Amino acid sequence: MSVPVTAASVALDGGVVTAPEALPESGAFVASRGFWGHVVHRLVRDPVAVAAGAVILIVIVIACLSPWITPMDPYKGSMLRRLKPVADATYWLGSDELGRDMISRLMLGSRLSLFIGVTPVVIAFVIGSAIGILAGYVGGWTNTILMRTIDVFFAFPSVLLAIALSGALGAGIFNSIVSLTCVFVPQIARVAESVTTGIRKRDYIDAAKLSGASPLTIMRVQVLGNVLGPIFVYSTSLISVSMILASGLSFLGLGVRPPEPEWGLMLNTLRTAIYVNPVVAALPGLCIFIVSISFNIFSDGLRNAMEIRQ
Amino acid sequence: MSALVSAAGPAVVLSNLRVAFGKVQVVDGVDLTVERGQALALIGESGSGKSVTLRAILRLFPESRSRIEGGIFAAGKDVQALGKRALADFRGGDVSMIFQEPLLAFDPVYTVGQQITEAIHRHETITKADARKRALALFERVRIPSPERRLDNYPHEMSGGMRQRAMIALALACHPQVLLADEPTTALDATVQIQVLLLLRELQRDLGLSIVIVTHDLGAAVEVADRIAVMYAGKIVETGTAHQVVLDPHHPYTIGLLRSRAEGALEKGARLQTIPGSPPDLANRPAGCPFAPRCFLAEERCQTEMPPVGEIAPGHRVACWHTDEAASAYRAGPTPVRAIEPLPA
Amino acid sequence: MSVIPDTPDPFIRDRGGPAQPLLSVSGLFKHFPVRKSGGKKQVVRAVDGVDFEVLKGETLGIVGESGCGKSTTAKLLMGLIERDTGTLLYDGQPVGERSMPWRAYRRQVQMVFQDSYASLNPRMTVEQSIAFGPKVNGVPGRQAVERARALLARVGLEPKRFAGRYPHEISGGQRQRVNIARSLALEPRLVLLDEAVSALDKSVEAQVLNLLLDLKQEFGLTYIFISHDLNVVRFISDRVMVMYLGRVSEIGPSDAVLAAPMHPYTRALLASMPSLDPNNRTQAALLAGDPPNPIDPPSGCRFHPRCSLAEPVCSQIEPPLETIAPLHRVACLARQPGSGHSAAPAGALAA
Repeated sequence: MSVPVTAASVALDGGVVTAPEALPESGAFVASRGFWGHVVHRLVRDPVAVAAGAVILIVIVIACLSPWITPMDPYKGSMLRRLKPVADATYWLGSDELGRDMISRLMLGSRLSLFIGVTPVVIAFVIGSAIGILAGYVGGWTNTILMRTIDVFFAFPSVLLAIALSGALGAGIFNSIVSLTCVFVPQIARVAESVTTGIRKRDYIDAAKLSGASPLTIMRVQVLGNVLGPIFVYSTSLISVSMILASGLSFLGLGVRPPEPEWGLMLNTLRTAIYVNPVVAALPGLCIFIVSISFNIFSDGLRNAMEIRQ
Repeated sequence: MSALVSAAGPAVVLSNLRVAFGKVQVVDGVDLTVERGQALALIGESGSGKSVTLRAILRLFPESRSRIEGGIFAAGKDVQALGKRALADFRGGDVSMIFQEPLLAFDPVYTVGQQITEAIHRHETITKADARKRALALFERVRIPSPERRLDNYPHEMSGGMRQRAMIALALACHPQVLLADEPTTALDATVQIQVLLLLRELQRDLGLSIVIVTHDLGAAVEVADRIAVMYAGKIVETGTAHQVVLDPHHPYTIGLLRSRAEGALEKGARLQTIPGSPPDLANRPAGCPFAPRCFLAEERCQTEMPPVGEIAPGHRVACWHTDEAASAYRAGPTPVRAIEPLPA
Repeated sequence: MSVIPDTPDPFIRDRGGPAQPLLSVSGLFKHFPVRKSGGKKQVVRAVDGVDFEVLKGETLGIVGESGCGKSTTAKLLMGLIERDTGTLLYDGQPVGERSMPWRAYRRQVQMVFQDSYASLNPRMTVEQSIAFGPKVNGVPGRQAVERARALLARVGLEPKRFAGRYPHEISGGQRQRVNIARSLALEPRLVLLDEAVSALDKSVEAQVLNLLLDLKQEFGLTYIFISHDLNVVRFISDRVMVMYLGRVSEIGPSDAVLAAPMHPYTRALLASMPSLDPNNRTQAALLAGDPPNPIDPPSGCRFHPRCSLAEPVCSQIEPPLETIAPLHRVACLARQPGSGHSAAPAGALAA
């Protein structure tokens, strides 16, 4: 039967005193900000998250422009001007053990540090989400097999796992990215699985089933949008861990190879100078600390902003 | 104020109580008196401020995020003046509270008996055996079957109704004078709800307990309360004995609540009388009477001036400019005069 | 013509004529396995042999307390959980078989859930949620959205204001209106309302009940209305079914069942409703304790341990659901002639 539902046939509860519930706002057309609009709106009202975001942005800009804006050649050393202190007239942040300008090396080093910090998380986000969402949505045996396999990786502390994998694969940027990805895939998959399992039990998924949608459509339209957000937030919090692990691998000589500047590697090579010029020796560590904590704070802010309250 | 903090004064007195969270004035000038041994029901819909009013009696809000103004006197104490220690003793000792969801009130890792004896120990010096004896007596008092065995149950091992009884026992552990109950039966099944309501009535009678119960269910209120106060948008709009409020309502909102009940329908399947619209946004409170935009008697004055509270019979107080019209409209029959035109399509 | 492709012509849509029940349920069972602390396997007998019919154009109310199986029954009727055994006949067609696959059945039977927030996707606008059903059933996007707006208007939410909103931006009553609009988007004949008004404030509940009455008349709907509130069920239902521990204890016209209940449990339920008369408050509760756990239901009549009419025979024989008056069926030995219960009526009643 064709049900005549047209705007014209609308009789608003014609009978006794019934009317739709009044609106809090009195505007004629209520434009909704949309979900991401809400998130941004709330995020910019969180000064700490904004500050952390600004730091990240600045570091990214520096990393992108560093080949052109470094004040000196980051590779050119001088045996005569080694380990100059901070606030030196020529070397603003001092010079390293080979007499290379620290600020130039730190700027150029941000590229590699960010790259090998962020890339594994991005790759792991794609792979881990796919595994976790599949396991969570399909459930049953698929879930058991996938998640128990994932659990095997949890048996090792992530630092050890990264070192072991890097050690087995050999040193190098590519290999350290591969090994870090392997560290993060299980963690992201685990979160993705639990988020998806939670969403799958919501009534709106049942309602979507009742409307006759295929599992694939439900997955695409109803599930994905709701699970990717929390997984994304979790992943951003992993970037800080990833940066520290990547630096750690370089520090151990399993990551970037000299003379490429990378913060972890710089920390390693400068460690012999710790008694001569402790401030300069600590600078790469400070950079790692500031950037990773910024990622952490920012992801916290993002998580708060994404919490929809009823 | 000396009369209010004396031992013989009323059990609870709220005078011009105002509670705000940030810019939102949730409770907006509540005056309320509960005599000793009396049971009062605060009824209203979600967002009316009834729960906040109840919790304000125990000052259960973080002080950094809330502002409580006005006088709060309960069990002979000036609650606003209590220090940290005194407040802790006051909670549970003089005035205690039960909640909608008992599972949240109990710690899951201790047995119910342990938690009750622990509560007794916190307020008095008493031997372990005596505390246990008292817990047992409390369990018998709230009619928990095989109380000895049940004392050693963990909260999750009890059924919903039994947990609610156990929470009442916990609340009574230190002989409070006033029991505050926040939607105590909402989560319960019908056959269990009536048992708990009857138990509250029995405790009021036998222990001389003063009870303030918050509920959205008029029926539950009538079963327990001597007096009923109806809240709307942070204000008490009508208060009186249960008879006065339910059988002879004088406020249009009370009338709307009574009329919209499904059992009040004239005949099966006939349309229900409803209150149009929805409660105001408390952050942008309208001037005048908050109910005016939904009221079938509203006129210009209602939009601009908040009506004062008038006493229309001893103990029956109503805040409305049109109490007589409202009451006669209610007596005349079920169709209230409609003041607002339906919204255009 | 229907806006939804492949929906048969209205005259074919109703197959069996007005006298054929829209939905017949028989022998419905659902047991859930649980593992108790001892590692012993046990089953929750959530639905344990339920038979009933839903007549065309009526509202069937289902009442009962927690653990009585009413929500499980709802999910079984919608195929959201798989039934152990039992048949569903929709207008004479067995559901889940070739002549009436689930997909076709669900286009005619829709459901409204209790939790208005959980049943809407928080990332979709109200309009997208309503349009989703028609879209996956082949309605072009534009048309589906238009239809969603028309339905919004019909349930009393001005499309201009509400279509683009997200669930957390509207009130509970408004959300439930959206859920109702969504359930109507596929033009169903039967709508299952599972505690659909229970979470709402009383004055909002009344608005939504009025809306349901209007929609029923306008679209010729049949309702299954599940609720624990007897007053609401009395108001909206033509017939009432009372469930206790996974079984039907009484079913019949709501006037008969709720005015002159035959089953002691129905009587106790009614007596438990708070009185609205301060002069006539409830004096004693008819039932003590909580409803028992459906893991290990009592033998014989499941209600006998709490029943005031219980006799030894009640713990031995499971009372069948028998007709004792026109359309009125009761599962109580005390009401069934020849059952062995001393209070049973003497002669056989003409059924």
